[in-house]
Amino acid sequence: MSILVDKNTRLLVQGITGGEGSFHTKTMLEYGTNVVAGTTPGKGGQKFEDRVPIFNTVAEAVATEGVNTSVIFVPAAFAADAVLEAASAGIQLIVCITEGIPTIDMLKVHSYLKNRETRLVGPNCPGVISPGQAKVGIMPGFIHQPGSVGVVSRSGTLTYEAVHQLTELGIGQSTCLGIGGDPVIGTNFIDALKLFEADPQTEAVVMIGEIGGSAEEEAAEFIQQYVTKPVISFIAGRTAPPGRRMGHAGAIIAGGKGTAAEKMAALEQAGVAVCDSPAVLGKTVAAVLKQR
Amino acid sequence: MKIHEYQAKQILQRYQVAVPRGQVAFSGAEAGKIAAELNCETVVVKAQIHAGGRGKGGGVKLVHSPAEAAQIAEKMLGMQLVTHQTGPEGKMVRKVLVEEGLAIDRELYAGIVLDRSRSQLVFMASTEGGVEIEKVAAETPEKILKEYIDNALGLQPFQARKLAFGLGLSGDQFKNAVKFITALYRAYVASDASLAEINPLVVTRSGAVLALDAKMNIDDNALARHPDLVAMRDFDEEEPLEVEASKDNLNYIKLDGNVGCMVNGAGLAMATMDLIKLAGSEPANFLDVGGTASEDTVANGFRIILADKNVKAVLINIFGGIVRCDRVARGVVEAVKREQVNVPIVIRLAGTNATEAAQLLNESGLKFLVATSFEDAAEKVVQATAA
Repeated sequence: MSILVDKNTRLLVQGITGGEGSFHTKTMLEYGTNVVAGTTPGKGGQKFEDRVPIFNTVAEAVATEGVNTSVIFVPAAFAADAVLEAASAGIQLIVCITEGIPTIDMLKVHSYLKNRETRLVGPNCPGVISPGQAKVGIMPGFIHQPGSVGVVSRSGTLTYEAVHQLTELGIGQSTCLGIGGDPVIGTNFIDALKLFEADPQTEAVVMIGEIGGSAEEEAAEFIQQYVTKPVISFIAGRTAPPGRRMGHAGAIIAGGKGTAAEKMAALEQAGVAVCDSPAVLGKTVAAVLKQR
Repeated sequence: MKIHEYQAKQILQRYQVAVPRGQVAFSGAEAGKIAAELNCETVVVKAQIHAGGRGKGGGVKLVHSPAEAAQIAEKMLGMQLVTHQTGPEGKMVRKVLVEEGLAIDRELYAGIVLDRSRSQLVFMASTEGGVEIEKVAAETPEKILKEYIDNALGLQPFQARKLAFGLGLSGDQFKNAVKFITALYRAYVASDASLAEINPLVVTRSGAVLALDAKMNIDDNALARHPDLVAMRDFDEEEPLEVEASKDNLNYIKLDGNVGCMVNGAGLAMATMDLIKLAGSEPANFLDVGGTASEDTVANGFRIILADKNVKAVLINIFGGIVRCDRVARGVVEAVKREQVNVPIVIRLAGTNATEAAQLLNESGLKFLVATSFEDAAEKVVQATAA
């Protein structure tokens, strides 16, 4: 069954005519995702690649094409507004790829979304893919394979590495979800674990974390109480120095808190199979699945 | 982005947050002039570096005349100030803040930071000023008052009052504290800060409430809309190689080890550093080349990594999705020739056109240690550093 995106996804691409938007819309279409509309203010009435209608506003796109999901490729200065526009138009799932959105903008978005039916994934994430069904984001489709392992990660290319290892071992994925590298995000580990726990297709979950914040520790508590499916994890950044932002805005050890060691310990305590090395993620999942 | 105390106070002043009268000086003579203009009994000369603990390290001195201010400033400027936050090498003092001395009645603490688990800003206040807040949090957490700020509405007047009453203030002190708290919040939001720490927040005998020290960090993601804050960046406070790397748009952080690495993606880059350590070596750097792994990017990356004399081997780990591995391979071959790289290079390219890439590298005539898997890369790093 998978989570969040599938054959029923009717996708809108916000920023469809921009450099990133146009490139990735092509790859999403190639993958077989049902891209039904695009928006670029001022280019309404045109068509993308002669097939996808472009609208000036999200509201128009929703009214005309029955959009239920949106992916945002809008530059950082305008991306928060793009999320608000999509939420205001009633879109149920918004996937924001954009990196570099000011934190204070995201706090306002967080507040706006609180009492709405909309779920936000990201920002600063590669997106969501349910192999064989729909790709909403920038991940390379060809490394994925349909199957029963759910993957949730704060990273982009490290997720691809994990997926690659799984596919090489013949272990397919139900849905791979990048929650993003920023400090304020729409969907966290716990949200993803809830969805995977309830998904009949998912048998196990791979959780890829990194330094900064306390999301992994909070997830560990949640796993202990509510997750029955096996969880395998890798936490990046054991060698990261304190106080430095390691690429991702959210990857920073602040005031001594948010170290990889603490996260690994919390997850181990909760019964999660924590990998020491990123090179053995696939093998560890295989071993865990064998034991079931 | 970090800024100095005097710059944080400049920002705070704009938003009517009470700070002591004072000005930055770059020479003893300037310091003397400022002290004379301040025309007060006691003047404080404070070293300006991007690190705390300056007082204990000898970077904060009280003086009683403009001549003394000039003399003390002269001595401070050019010194390597060592504090518990600078590391043993310390930091060079290039400017000092010359400020009016205050008749301190109480030292409190005020700070604003993002609480990540709640996705809300939190205003913290404490009667325990002049101590590191992490210590207070560990030993007497009940002494830290917290007001969580509504993301849409901002800090409300009743919250400022609650905090001020919670600090045991009354009368003029209370009124001034409420003003201070409200103004500090406004300054934080208007500047897109990621941290604002006033430690100590001072209450004077006459009832004034001012920021004796001020530390502000600015959200890197917001700099594009604050050109005036970008102008406050102090390159002297940054690692020279990192400054150079940023000019080439490379996300580079210098570390202490001997195996350099070049990776696409922050998470994968951190994982690669971790892998190097597990293999028994130490990573020399973090380097995320992002979505563009062109020949120029790779060449610049090599140049920066190898400018660090500790580097004995380099690990390149690229997972190509949009990025094509064969393009990266060509870039690496050209870059190695161009930069005359003569340390062992372990290279692992996976994803789009990985097979073509491996072939290209093997046929280049250059000696690469070509790895296929992440595990294989780790083993080859051990090989490379043992040699």
